[in-house]
Amino acid sequence: MTYSEKVLEHFRNPRNVGEIIDADGVGTVGNPICGDLLTLYIKVRDGKISDIKFKTFGCGAAIATSSMITELAKNKTLDEALKITRNDVANALEGLPPIKMHCSNLAADGLKEAIKDYYSKRGVKLDEKKIIVLDDCPSCGFELKPFRDKSIKFCPRCGVKVTKEV
Amino acid sequence: MRRIFLDHASGCPMDARVIKHMEELYDKSFGNPSSLHTLGLDARKKLEDSREKVAKLIGAERKEEIIFTSGATESNNLALIGYALRNKNGRRKVVVSKIEHISIMNVAKYLSKLGFEVAYAPVDEYGRVKLPKLDEIVDSNTLIVSIAYANGEIGTTQDIRAISDIVHAKGAILHSDGVPAVGRIPVNVVRDQVDMLTLSSNDLYGPKGVGALYVKTGTRIQPIIFGGGQEKGLRSGTENVPAIAGFGMAAEIMYKEWREESEREKQIRDKLIDTLTSNIEQAYLNGHRTLRLPNNASLRFIGIEGESLVLNLDAYGIMASTGSACSSKTLEPSHVLMAIVPNEVEAHGSLMLTLGRDNRIEEVDQVSTVIKDVVSKLRAMSPLWGKPLDLEEWRQKMEHSEGE
Repeated sequence: MTYSEKVLEHFRNPRNVGEIIDADGVGTVGNPICGDLLTLYIKVRDGKISDIKFKTFGCGAAIATSSMITELAKNKTLDEALKITRNDVANALEGLPPIKMHCSNLAADGLKEAIKDYYSKRGVKLDEKKIIVLDDCPSCGFELKPFRDKSIKFCPRCGVKVTKEV
Repeated sequence: MRRIFLDHASGCPMDARVIKHMEELYDKSFGNPSSLHTLGLDARKKLEDSREKVAKLIGAERKEEIIFTSGATESNNLALIGYALRNKNGRRKVVVSKIEHISIMNVAKYLSKLGFEVAYAPVDEYGRVKLPKLDEIVDSNTLIVSIAYANGEIGTTQDIRAISDIVHAKGAILHSDGVPAVGRIPVNVVRDQVDMLTLSSNDLYGPKGVGALYVKTGTRIQPIIFGGGQEKGLRSGTENVPAIAGFGMAAEIMYKEWREESEREKQIRDKLIDTLTSNIEQAYLNGHRTLRLPNNASLRFIGIEGESLVLNLDAYGIMASTGSACSSKTLEPSHVLMAIVPNEVEAHGSLMLTLGRDNRIEEVDQVSTVIKDVVSKLRAMSPLWGKPLDLEEWRQKMEHSEGE
């Protein structure tokens, strides 16, 4: 497992570290038990992210992606910022080791949470994705239609995830 | 920038005398020890000389009790699989401690797939095997027990003689991974009544890719590698004579020098532990304060993550390691740390410093200052530092998100 030069550069000199006391939106993602926790703070002026700061507990990739998202999101409109994906962050860092792509690449999710928080403080609900239960379990084929009303998330037979966002 | 290497448990530099010796052998002594001609006999002699030197280092009575392998992982595989398969028609239980090296853990899993019962002996908060518990777990169905002399990650040493007494009283045999311990603390297979012992050359400043398994006379194992029947049929394959000779020389040097060197490293270790735990708040020692390897300082720092600590130290020329997840191939905290520290978050904040012959006590001040600065920097950017942590809440959140 090796990090790109860009990851190491951001890791060693992270941009926009800190908290914004009077933030307009705050997003926290990750879980310290898993070894990564990120809190993003945003200030919004005229529909744009005018300031953004982060605090992160985690590995090199977690810190570098946090730093990178602050650069990618700054001065973007909220709509533009919402479109930044995990892959955008990884690409801007010239790639992440495969094992880090899932667990430590949380920054894009953190930004979405912060923007959601900004909207919800203003009584606006972002278009929530609707979660549906699949017809059959994708792993064992168990028929799930009878369970639809019970809002299950996992297959009662084999335990794999059986919901989908639409 | 002068580099300071504090990761000797991961790899030791080779002794210059060993390198010189091996260079000559690669050039002039390329014979196969199984050949009957002069060069073959010469290689055979080198092989047997090394066997004797390795045997002497661990107090083995006969040099024939040493089987050369490709390294400690192979030795651990040969010991456990070789013994379990050879004796599979009797007892069916294999016991290992909860803090064994990953090569023991994964062999134990494999044996469990083959139908053996595997039981894990618990350790206390310092990583010492709980002897009364071990006495309960090892029973009349137990075939073999594997417990290391010392743990290379947290440094804690075990009372191997007490363990072997428990094991033998139940009619089982004891294998011990001696890799972190040999050449650092007294290891004697006769005094400690160990039936099999794993050794690694590189940990003795010899070449990589060679190791040995001590198999006490009368301990019956079967090979896991088949071929021309070298090493008493227990490890087929043409012997890597230059590497084995290097291993032998490294063992000979270790035999003469280890006591003095261990005493020297212990001074550095103690200064390092004392300085770091007194100068940095919420910095704790992993493992036992005194019952520990002289070259191991394993610490944890609350509020930060080990990999980011190691990467930052590297930027200052200080090379160390973490038992924590994110630097390894899995993302789980190490099973060794998880067995002794209060929770996952603390395990993630661990730093392992392992000393060697190239370290000097004068380096401690520089190392401590850099670690202190890096820990402060990482804590300043950590959302966990300075705030109470409700682990139960996070644990629930994790359960909710599982499978997503």
